[in-house]
Amino acid sequence: MTTAVPVRAGTAATATDQPTTVGGRVRKRLNSRTATVVSIVIAVVWTLPTFGLFISSFRPEDQIKTTGWWTFFSDPQFTLENYQQVLFGRSSSSGQLASYFVNSVVITIPSVLFPLAFAALAAYALAWINFRGRDWIYIGIFALQIVPLQMALVPLLRFFSQGVSLGGVTLMPAWDLADEQRFVQVWFAHTCFALPLAIFLLHNFVSQLPRDLMEAARVDGATHPKIFRTIVLPLITPAIAAFGIFQFLWVWNDLLVALIFAGGGDETAPMTVRLAEMAGTRGSEWQRLTSGAFVSIVIPLIVFLSLQRYFVRGLLAGSVKG
Amino acid sequence: MNFDFADEAPKLVMLLYGLVAFVVVVGGLLLLLDVVPNWFARRREARLVAVADAGPPAGAARARRPRRAEGLFGLFFLLPTVLLLLVGLVIPAIRTVVLSFMDGGSDAWVGLRNYGWLFSQDEIVRVLINTLIWVILVPLLATTTGLLYAVMVDKARFEAVAKSLIFLPMAISFVGASIIWRFVYAYRGEGQEQIGLLNQVVVWFGGEPRQWLQEPPLNTLLLIVILIWIQAGFAMVVLSAAIKAIPGDIVEAARLDGVTPWQMFWQVTLPSIRPALIVVVVTISIGTLKVFDIVRTATNGNFDTNVIASEMYNQAFRYGETGQGSALAVFLFVLVIPIVIYQIRNLRKQREV
Repeated sequence: MTTAVPVRAGTAATATDQPTTVGGRVRKRLNSRTATVVSIVIAVVWTLPTFGLFISSFRPEDQIKTTGWWTFFSDPQFTLENYQQVLFGRSSSSGQLASYFVNSVVITIPSVLFPLAFAALAAYALAWINFRGRDWIYIGIFALQIVPLQMALVPLLRFFSQGVSLGGVTLMPAWDLADEQRFVQVWFAHTCFALPLAIFLLHNFVSQLPRDLMEAARVDGATHPKIFRTIVLPLITPAIAAFGIFQFLWVWNDLLVALIFAGGGDETAPMTVRLAEMAGTRGSEWQRLTSGAFVSIVIPLIVFLSLQRYFVRGLLAGSVKG
Repeated sequence: MNFDFADEAPKLVMLLYGLVAFVVVVGGLLLLLDVVPNWFARRREARLVAVADAGPPAGAARARRPRRAEGLFGLFFLLPTVLLLLVGLVIPAIRTVVLSFMDGGSDAWVGLRNYGWLFSQDEIVRVLINTLIWVILVPLLATTTGLLYAVMVDKARFEAVAKSLIFLPMAISFVGASIIWRFVYAYRGEGQEQIGLLNQVVVWFGGEPRQWLQEPPLNTLLLIVILIWIQAGFAMVVLSAAIKAIPGDIVEAARLDGVTPWQMFWQVTLPSIRPALIVVVVTISIGTLKVFDIVRTATNGNFDTNVIASEMYNQAFRYGETGQGSALAVFLFVLVIPIVIYQIRNLRKQREV
């Protein structure tokens, strides 16, 4: 953001390295011009679909269904009817998203808190407590990232519905959860599935804390729980925030886990399930789909935009540093 | 208005339970970790006093004790994680492998029949081919777009804004994204005014509107566009960070040698960000293999657009063919393994350097 014109990396125009020949100067100008145009085209293509959805969601039903959203600019008609209908509508086809919205919130909060707490504890143990087999456990947890969710679904569902029995002896009774209680299943599943990545990311941060600090604390007689609570937790707060946003987006946007463990009813299913259903059965009811999609997008967008900095940091910790 | 707060109350009560459980479990664990060692310490002290009274201490036993206490701590810190992972991932994964050798109702052993079915059924072969197309195109195109964009907006004016525009789809659910793009692909008969942007563009250029999502193999490509749209932002952010981390003196030296921007890109930028590039490609590949939501929301797997992950859902949860569904899941797992081994080897090499 220091130079006046958008130019390609490494060619930042300084007085000393201006191309001397006329040809060179023209080529350089062309290069930066092409780069600018291409990047603007990409930015437009990436933004336009969402923008179109956003505009559409405020247009009256007959308008959405008969004219393109771009006619909004020549013939602006504005209504909140779609949102009213999709959130609070009475008929079964209207969406009733308000109720599903509550479900999404109820599902998300514990599904973020539990894995964060467990992963922080585990990451600390794997990084700073000496015990035999530590490295193997870490490698094992890392490797679990490769198990596709799909592999765990059928048996985990049976675990909930049939319990565990070994040779006719019931080790754990079936959970037999109904209605609202099924939230517990969803929390449980999300927590399990999030742990490997969470531990991996947090471990990267925790293990980079200065060794001197830890040893000084040990010498002063602090126990592991004390070090964890008073030294480590405050220091890794940024990392926890980063992963918290990660996990929030992931849980809020999830469809597969919710579809299988929450069922499709309005007692427990989150918005994604309902939207997917609406897209399937009422694929041409654009006034509901557009406003519904926007309702489901708006919370993650707010979280994302306000906490983007942390989110990016979490992303980079996991992928670049390794 | 049809929003009854009373209807929502039980859910909020459940949320309250969840939060209480969280406080009890995590708080309890920390409390336990604080109290138990103190108790042990007191007991050891008492014993030491007793030993000192009775005679010479047994030195060997005392030397080993701190180490065992450490192990105990580790165990407690890891306990919830290990339990959850065993119940939630390890045992289920093993069971899925077992189930894949049994029939639909998991009553009888059928050997390798489910795997034979995978490769003999025309529809399923179609599914496998589609998955292959996805996993080749998405990482390639998403990474290329992300890289191009990262290079082009680097040091530009409004860099932060330009980057967040591309990054934004990361926050949108796959379901939301599918609806957004279905709207772009929307079709209305010829002669009528189009509401889908793509068809409108076609019409503006004098073409005929088409039912994009119902024409194989074009529809698969159009679904792939959705995932590229989502993932390019991820690639862009990671690669942009890698580009910014290239040491300035290398760039400076290259510039003094008079390289063109083109050479700079191929001979300086690209080799320098190679590790990040690999991580991005691998991560997106794994994500692509597991893609489920997009296909389900956009076409429900119809019109030859199905992929392994969503066919697995169909088999196991809609048709009740647990064996065949499990076989698909195992196949997915097998596909992911080499990618991950490659990544682990790369990480190790990186650390050694």
